[in-house]
Amino acid sequence: MERKVRVLVAKPGLDGHDRGAKVVASALRDAGMEVIYTGLHQTPEMIVEAAVQEDVDVVGLSILSGAHMTLLPRVVQLLREKGVDDVLVVGGGIIPEADAEELASAGIARIFGPGCPTSEIASYIKDWFETSERAGV
Amino acid sequence: MPLDVQTLLKRFREGDRVALSRVISLVENDHPSSPVILDTLYPFTGKALRVGVTGPPGAGKSTLVDHVAARMRTDSQKVGIVAVDPTSPFSGGALLGDRVRMSSVNLDDGVFIRSMASRGSSGGLAWKTFEVCEVLDAFGVDRIIVETVGVGQGELEIADEAHSTVVVLVPESGDGVQAMKAGLMEIGDIFVINKSDRESADTARRMLDSALELKPVKNGWRPPVLSTVALKGEGVEELHRKIEEHLRLLVTSGSIQHRRMEGVRAKIVEILRNRIIQSAWERNKLGRLIDAEVVSVMAGGSTPYKSAAEILRKTGQ
Ligand SMILES: Nc1nc2c(ncn2[C@@H]2O[C@H](COP(=O)(O)OP(=O)(O)O)[C@@H](O)[C@H]2O)c(=O)[nH]1
Ligand SMILES: [Mg+2]
Repeated sequence: MERKVRVLVAKPGLDGHDRGAKVVASALRDAGMEVIYTGLHQTPEMIVEAAVQEDVDVVGLSILSGAHMTLLPRVVQLLREKGVDDVLVVGGGIIPEADAEELASAGIARIFGPGCPTSEIASYIKDWFETSERAGV
Repeated sequence: MPLDVQTLLKRFREGDRVALSRVISLVENDHPSSPVILDTLYPFTGKALRVGVTGPPGAGKSTLVDHVAARMRTDSQKVGIVAVDPTSPFSGGALLGDRVRMSSVNLDDGVFIRSMASRGSSGGLAWKTFEVCEVLDAFGVDRIIVETVGVGQGELEIADEAHSTVVVLVPESGDGVQAMKAGLMEIGDIFVINKSDRESADTARRMLDSALELKPVKNGWRPPVLSTVALKGEGVEELHRKIEEHLRLLVTSGSIQHRRMEGVRAKIVEILRNRIIQSAWERNKLGRLIDAEVVSVMAGGSTPYKSAAEILRKTGQ
């Protein structure tokens, strides 16, 4: 059987809207992925613990609160501290271009803006997965 | 992390949770290393007691599991949670949302929560649920809670895999009656009417109680009907007590030991059957013989039964 791509969709920060995250989660499910959804108000510690327990290939972080410059790099840093360095970390939300560049150098592979079609997110993940070292496992 | 199974297993034995998680994936994905892994871990299994929690979607299973796991932690028990949700038959994907309700134990390093998609298995359980439980067992957890969606159609497997099965229902929508009709009644060792903050909870409880009176007492255990309000943690103490009481009864009566023995037998039979079929199949080149017979049946020269008999004759069986 084809190896399923596992994705954690998490919502760090304090804002109370997870509609966007849920839309993305359902879209990735419809694209054949196994999506673990963790709900609102997740701290970077909670997200990383969930990513470890679920052995996901991808961590998708949806964020609107403006705290992205601290929260997103923190997730990557905590993952690396646990020795998890083969996972794709992407973000979604309203994030200025300049910030996105800085996040890229902090290990957030890609930021998807609010207008981005979910099919684009799904194909980005699939393309990444095919060439990743996780694919054979 | 590079994949060297022996290194991975060494880290696993040292209590490394990243290694545990990777081992679970290898087993869940039926990776070629899976038999070696399960073989290596086998001597460390047999200690964890498994509690199944099933019932209709939205009944409050995950919320209850969260509370029960937290309660088990106060006894210093290590807990594994396996939460199974259905795979979409259309896309092959799955949305696994049970963790949302498990926030009180998700940062506790004595708890390990794993979500699983059913992946084409029909009975509510995933094919590899049992193997994943074995891995958690070998890791050293004392209790494993397996949450599955159950609507009373064919999810009886959970009762085979769990030592004690908790059926969670809600007062409204005639769930009690549905359950009786549909077979959840058969599998429950403990029944819970959750959302008892709602109207008609008492009625539901009484109906269930009287229906259960008809059920024969098994090994000295009469399934109790409990009321809970998972949202507030009400009734969790009593639920936990009943679970432990039932598990204790199963241990002292030797029933768990007996089931393990039967499980071992079934496993050997399964492995042998597959191997024997496979080697006989290849030795006799059955694939090619079948191809030829298919052509003959399609041309009207034979029937499936005649063809099968012909193949058996040719191979001298
Ligand atoms: N009113 C009420 N709502 C509850 C109770 N327990 C759980 N819920 C809610 O029911 C919904 C489903 O709960 P969940 O644990 O995810 O159910 P599951 O699908 O059976 O795992 C959630 O919104 C819970 O907050 C309860 O005792 N009373
Ligand atoms: Mg649930």
